[in-house]
Amino acid sequence: MKNIFVYCEITEEHLIADVSLELLSKGKKLADELHVGLEAVLIGSDLKKAIEQLHYYGVSVIHYAENENLFPYRTLVHAKLVQTLFEQEQPEIALFGATSVGRDLAPRIASALRCGLTADCTSLQIGDHVDERKKETYKNLLYQIRPAFGGNIIATIINPETRPQMATVREGVMKHEPQPVKNTPELKKMNVGVLTSIEEVVTIIHRHIEPPKINLKSAQILIAGGYGMGSKENFAILYELADLLGAEVGGTRAAVDAGFCGHERQIGQTGITVRPKLYIACGISGAVQHRAGMDQSAKIISINTSAQAPINAIADYVVVGDVMKVIPQMIQSYKKQIR
Amino acid sequence: MNLKIVVLAKQVPDTRNVGKDAMKEDGTVNRGALPAIFNPDDLNALEMALEIKDRRKDVEVIVLTMGPGRAADIIREAIFRGADKGYLLTDRKFAGSDTLATSYALYKAVQKINPDLIICGLQAIDGDTAQVGPQIAEKLQFPQVTYVEKLNEADERQLVLTRRLERGIETVKVNFPALITVHASANPCRPKHAKRMLKYKHAHTLSELQDQNRDYTDLFKEHPYLRIEEWNAESVEADESYLGLSGSPTKVKGIESVVLTQKESKRFTDKDQDIDQLMKELLETRVIG
Ligand SMILES: Cc1cc2nc3c(=O)[nH]c(=O)nc-3n(C[C@H](O)[C@H](O)[C@H](O)COP(=O)(O)OP(=O)(O)OC[C@H]3O[C@@H](n4cnc5c(N)ncnc54)[C@H](O)[C@@H]3O)c2cc1C
Ligand SMILES: Nc1ncnc2c1ncn2[C@@H]1O[C@H](COP(=O)(O)O)[C@@H](O)[C@H]1O
Repeated sequence: MKNIFVYCEITEEHLIADVSLELLSKGKKLADELHVGLEAVLIGSDLKKAIEQLHYYGVSVIHYAENENLFPYRTLVHAKLVQTLFEQEQPEIALFGATSVGRDLAPRIASALRCGLTADCTSLQIGDHVDERKKETYKNLLYQIRPAFGGNIIATIINPETRPQMATVREGVMKHEPQPVKNTPELKKMNVGVLTSIEEVVTIIHRHIEPPKINLKSAQILIAGGYGMGSKENFAILYELADLLGAEVGGTRAAVDAGFCGHERQIGQTGITVRPKLYIACGISGAVQHRAGMDQSAKIISINTSAQAPINAIADYVVVGDVMKVIPQMIQSYKKQIR
Repeated sequence: MNLKIVVLAKQVPDTRNVGKDAMKEDGTVNRGALPAIFNPDDLNALEMALEIKDRRKDVEVIVLTMGPGRAADIIREAIFRGADKGYLLTDRKFAGSDTLATSYALYKAVQKINPDLIICGLQAIDGDTAQVGPQIAEKLQFPQVTYVEKLNEADERQLVLTRRLERGIETVKVNFPALITVHASANPCRPKHAKRMLKYKHAHTLSELQDQNRDYTDLFKEHPYLRIEEWNAESVEADESYLGLSGSPTKVKGIESVVLTQKESKRFTDKDQDIDQLMKELLETRVIG
């Protein structure tokens, strides 16, 4: 069996994106289970620091292409390089971040290689498959598990025949777990000669990328507001409680769509996945798409006027009441008891 | 020079409004209870095509959709909103297609139309994959620009577009021919136009009229613009081995419906003593503080 490849995205700071580090962590576990190696694909400019980062993930080989024209990401050049590499190396599994880069690149490569690609997986596992019709058993396939149908069902997808088995995964879904010991991967230069055949039909005129301001993923306590908060003004009380508890504030898609908070705070299937020590859900009904991003939280408090809200079923503590009454009470009570 | 634009639009079940009646007793989805709608991002895509048409006189906007017969509904809707005409790609052989097989069938149909520009939605809400657009672009060997939020310029040879990325924006220039995918944050689609609704109320596919036992020969002869063309696998010269289940490398091994498992939870009212008790417990167990 061939190895597992992870396409590593490069940030503005010329470091490896968090989502790729998370995929390397997961990739290493899968590689160990399959007794194969883990290889990284690194395309960009000024890669020195990024290569050093890769010494902590159990990577055996780094395939890299380094050149000023390779950053920022552009579809045609990156796709050509990765496609050529995969044709040579025939990976067993190839993983990409479900980001604006990964979701631009991976389908293009899957189409060129005519192989299967599963978007936005929430879990990746190894398992067998018996095809009753063909009377054939496939050993050690990648189970690509993802919500489907708007999150109302969970599907397990496999690619029995084609290789690589390709999947994209959102940031925050896999745990970031660097290896305890350092290793020095072998460095292999990719064949940039293939790029001479590419015509420049897309030119970047202007870019404006901001470093992330908030980091929901690393917050120990998260206070999330939903549509039940009622207004952007009412959200202020969440920030007040957050300041007090050293927490971050997040929101549901309904809250984001209503303009109560910014898009970068959205938690859920199409937002960020979080697993804090404490999650306080304020005026949130608990749709599956939202729960997909927070149900791994260690403790959950739900504050909702409805005793029947679905979120209550997964909460450890349920307060039935109006958020605009209960949160000030919590602030009061906390201040009183901490004294 | 005439500019031909194909807008790819899909009819999808409205998974955003999965209410109580949409879930069956056993927790599975009751597809019948979900209304079929124009995929939301594809409306943004249609709007961008119409914006190009607003700026230049010589633009033709063609809607292409692959799906069952009733998907002709969204072609009519697109025409009411300003599209010039539409094609419905429909065939039992497409059943069970994954994104690769879907993109192959659509690619063959697009090739027949031979457009300068293809505009897709970023993603369809039933699958949320965002894969079909780039896969069609690859098959056509077209460049692609994904996550497009804004049309800045459109001239004879190229477009200038702004993309919405996770942490910012990027403005790019792309030459024709090209494929772009449009983000939900782009301009919303203009409403249905009353005059167009009157004129195209009876736009139908042949199968629709046959189903209603209506005589179409005269209708289509007198008003050829009322005909929504239907294509199947054969008419787009698709290789059957690339279609449907057999053309799909991904297989669904299993499906599980999401059922809530009830946690053992402590209930509190909004009385001050209750909230005090809750905060006390959180402090004592060191969850906060
Ligand atoms: C493909 C797809 C992807 C999606 N991705 C996401 C995602 O990533 N994240 C996400 O969050 N959603 C996502 N959604 C949307 C999701 O389905 C729900 O619509 C959304 O999570 C609902 O948000 P909400 O709970 O804030 O609003 P609602 O469902 O409207 O719930 C509001 C709640 O507030 C309660 N309430 C009202 N007033 C008060 C008050 N004064 N005090 C206390 N409680 C009150 C109500 O009882 C109710 O339970 C997605 C949907 C689709 C189709
Ligand atoms: N059956 C279809 N008919 C027409 N267009 C489609 C179809 N499926 C996907 N598309 C286009 O591809 C985009 C992405 O779809 P998806 O990859 O399914 O998320 C959609 O927004 C449509 O523009």
